[in-house]
Amino acid sequence: MKEEIIIAGFGGQGVLSMGKILAYAGLMGGLEVTWMPSYGPEQRGGTANVTVILSDARISSPVLNAYDTAVILNQQSLDKFEARLKPGGTLIYDPYSIHHAPKRTDISVIPVDAMEATFALGSSKTYNMVLLGSLIKVRPLVGIDAVMAGLKKALPERHHHLLPLNKDAILKGMELPRL
Amino acid sequence: MEQEVTLMKGNEAIAHAAVRYGVDGYFGYPITPQSEILETLEELMPWDTTGMVVLQAESEVAAINMVYGGAATGKACMTSSSSPGISLKQEGISYIAAGELPALIVNCMRGGPGLGTIQPSQADYFQATKGGGHGDYHLIVLAPASVQEMADFVGLGFDLAFKYRTPVMMLADGIVGQMMEKVVLPPFRPRLTDEEIAEQRPWAVTGRPATRRPNIMTTLELDPCLMEKHNLHLQETYDLIKANEVRYEEYYTDDCDYLIVAFGCVARICLKAVEEARAQGIKVGLLRPVTLWPFPAEAVGRLSSRVKGMLVAELNTGQMIEDVLLSLDERIPVHHFGRLGGIVMDPDEVLVALKEKFSL
Repeated sequence: MKEEIIIAGFGGQGVLSMGKILAYAGLMGGLEVTWMPSYGPEQRGGTANVTVILSDARISSPVLNAYDTAVILNQQSLDKFEARLKPGGTLIYDPYSIHHAPKRTDISVIPVDAMEATFALGSSKTYNMVLLGSLIKVRPLVGIDAVMAGLKKALPERHHHLLPLNKDAILKGMELPRL
Repeated sequence: MEQEVTLMKGNEAIAHAAVRYGVDGYFGYPITPQSEILETLEELMPWDTTGMVVLQAESEVAAINMVYGGAATGKACMTSSSSPGISLKQEGISYIAAGELPALIVNCMRGGPGLGTIQPSQADYFQATKGGGHGDYHLIVLAPASVQEMADFVGLGFDLAFKYRTPVMMLADGIVGQMMEKVVLPPFRPRLTDEEIAEQRPWAVTGRPATRRPNIMTTLELDPCLMEKHNLHLQETYDLIKANEVRYEEYYTDDCDYLIVAFGCVARICLKAVEEARAQGIKVGLLRPVTLWPFPAEAVGRLSSRVKGMLVAELNTGQMIEDVLLSLDERIPVHHFGRLGGIVMDPDEVLVALKEKFSL
C-alpha cells in the first residue's frame, strides 16, 4: 500500500497541520510516512501545500510528479494540482472558495462543503479537521482512532482540552462526502 | 529496550540526537532553512538535564570559534548553519582542521551564490569537499538523505571526528531539514566527565598536571620545515580516512545498463526515477555516495566498466560530476542533470534527462 497525497490551500487554513496529523496517524498505524511542506515566506493568505506519503514500504522520493489523492482548498491550488492527479485518483475539494469546478473525468471528484459545516460547528479553527474527516472517509488509509492518537501527539498538552472539539469536527467531516 | 519511534523534521532530529549523544556544546546563529536546530535545542533545555551548553552566538564567526575553543578542551562541540553562514565559518573550520580538533558542522544547504534563496540546493559540494577554507585540509563529509540519517549522522559524525581528530561536516539540504519522517532516536548516553576527557583525550587542553608537559593548541608554525611535517601528518590521517571510511549505497546495480549517481535527498528522487525507468524496461541503477569525502571512487570505477553511461544528478551546475569523472576506470559517457537556485528536480525530470542524454 502506498498513497501519495497533496493538501493545498491558503496559508492559515491549517494545511500543514492537517498533513502533520495525517502523518502522525500513519505513524500510529505502523506505516512509513513522509511530510514534505512547501516552506518559505508563506504566511496567512499566501498559498501553502504539503505532500504526505503513507506507505507500508520504504519511501523513496519525497518530491512527486503525480498524486493519488488531492485535498484542495482554493482555486489556485485546484488550477495547479488537478492536472497532477494520477488517472483513477481522488480529488476532494471545498466548493466554498472554488469558482471553476474540476473538469477531469478520469478521477473521482468529491466536493465537500467543509466551510459551511465548520460555520455550523461554530469554531472556524476546526476547518482542517473537518476536511481530514472527509479525507479518511473517502480514502480510509487510517482510522479515526489513529487520527485521534496522532492529534494527541501533534497537539501540545496545553491544547489537549480541544481534543473533543476536534473529534466532533472530524466526525462531522466524515458525514459530508456523498459517496 | 523499546525503541522510541517518533515523527519530526530533520532539523529537529539533529537537535534531539545531539542531546542524546552527550554533546557538550552547540554554538549557532539562526538562518533558514536550519533554524529549528537551535530552536529545538532551546526548547529541550539540555543545560538542565545533560549539562549541554546551547548558545546563540552574536554571529556565525563567533559560533565557529566557540566550537574551536571548546574542541581544544576535548569537549564534543558542534555548530550548524546554512550556505551563506557556512561561508562565514570557513576560517574557523580551517583552524579546527589544522589544530586536529574533532567537531561537527552541519550545513543545511540553500540556493546561492550570495545570500541566494532559502530553498534547497546542493551547490556547496565543492566548498565542503575541496576545502572551503584555506590550506591543505579535508573534512569528512556525510550526506544524509532522510530524517533518520539526520539523527544517525550526529553520532556517526562525532565518532569519526574523535577517531581521526578531524572536523566532520554533515552536508544536508533544505529538503531533509524541513521534511518530517519517522525516526528512531538514539538512546541517551551521559556526557564524558572532565576526568574521562583527560584520560581518553590526552591531547586536550585541560589544565596541565605536574605529571606531563603542557598541551599547546596553536595553528601557527613559522618554521616551514615543521609546517611541512605537520602537513604530511595531516595527509597521513586523510589517507587512513580514505582507506577506511568510504560509505555508499547501491540500488539495482547488479544488471544495470546505465547508472545514476546522486547524493542526499536527490538520490531518493532519482531512486523513484530508476524504478519508473525499470517499469519502462530501461535497466538503470543508482549509486548514492554517503560520504562525499572520502568519495566512493572505487565503486564508480568498478561500475564504469559495467555500464554504458552515467548521469550525475545534483542541485547545482555540475560539482560532484568532477569526482565521478576522476574515478572512471573506463571512459564512458558521463552527463550531468541539475536544477539551480532552490528549484528541486522531480523524478520525471530525471527520467526525461536520462532518456534525452542517452537517446533512449
